[in-house]
Amino acid sequence: MIFVTVGVQLPFDRLIRAMDDWAGRHGRDDVVAQVGESAYVPHTIDVRPRLAADEFRAYVERAELVVAHAGMGSILTALELGKPIIVMPRRAALGEHRNDHQLATSRRMASHAAITVAQDGDDLVRMLDASDIPVVPQRIASHADDGLINELTSFIAQPPAQPRFVGRFLRRPRLGFSFGEQ
Amino acid sequence: MRLRPAFRGCEIVFVSTLDQGNATGGARFHRVPDANRFEKLTLVKLFVAMVRILLVERPDVVVSTGAAPGYIALRLGSLLGARTVWIDSIANVDELSMSGRMATKVADLCLTQWPHLARPEGPHFAGSVV
Repeated sequence: MIFVTVGVQLPFDRLIRAMDDWAGRHGRDDVVAQVGESAYVPHTIDVRPRLAADEFRAYVERAELVVAHAGMGSILTALELGKPIIVMPRRAALGEHRNDHQLATSRRMASHAAITVAQDGDDLVRMLDASDIPVVPQRIASHADDGLINELTSFIAQPPAQPRFVGRFLRRPRLGFSFGEQ
Repeated sequence: MRLRPAFRGCEIVFVSTLDQGNATGGARFHRVPDANRFEKLTLVKLFVAMVRILLVERPDVVVSTGAAPGYIALRLGSLLGARTVWIDSIANVDELSMSGRMATKVADLCLTQWPHLARPEGPHFAGSVV
C-alpha cells in the first residue's frame, strides 16, 4: 500500500493529481491519500479528507511507501515508523503555501537515507516508475534529542514565576501545557 | 509528542488544531480552530477558544511550536502568569517563522531547532525533535 498525505491545512492538488494519474496508468488500487480540503476528484486513488492523528499513524505503519508534501509532521511520522518517504515541496508561487519553507525543508532533509525529494509531479512519477525507493535501515528514536528534552525539563523544574496581573488571584496547581503536532 | 519525556511527572494538557484521536494517551485535550494572519475572523474565534481554555486549565508552563494558535496561547498564558517556551518548528530552516520572530520577544525560553538560526539574544539551540 502507498500512503499519500498533504496534511490537512491546505490542498495540494498538484501532488494528488500526479499520484492519481500514476495509479490509474499502473492499475494500482492500493493507494490511499489524505487530501485535506481538496476540490480535485480522483479517478483511482482512495481519498480521506482528514484523518485523526492515530488513524494517520496506522496508515503510515501499513504503507510500504509514503508520498507526501514536505511537511515535518509527515516526515517525522515516516522516520519514526521506519518507512521510506518521497516528499514534494509546496510552492508559494503556485499558491500552495504562504511561503517557500517546504523547499528549504526538503533541501535540508534530503541527506537523510529514508527521504527522497521530488521537485515536481514529473519527477515524482519518474521515481515511482523507476521504483527508486531506498531501503530504510531502522526507525529513528521516538523522542527528540536529549539536549532539547533536558533543556525543557530543567526549565519546567524552575520555580514558578511571580504571577502577573490576573494570574495573581487565580492560581491553581502545577500543570504542563503543550501545543502542536510534534 | 516527541517532547513527551520532558513532561514526565507533569499534568499535561494538549491543545491542537487537529483531531488527535487516542494519540494524547489519556491526557486532557482541547481542539481549537486553525487560523493564520490572513484569516481575521477565524483568528477571533481561535482567540476566544484559547482564552476559555487557558482560564479553565490555568497552566504553569505553556510550550508551543507555533504558529498563530501557539503564539496566541503563549501571549495569553504569559498574561495569566504562566512561564512560556517557544520551540520554533523544525520546518523553519532558512529563517524563523513570523510567529517565531514575534514569540522571541515574549517567551521566557525561546529555542530554534537549527544551530545556524541561533542568536546570542535568542533563540538558542539545544537540539531538535529529530
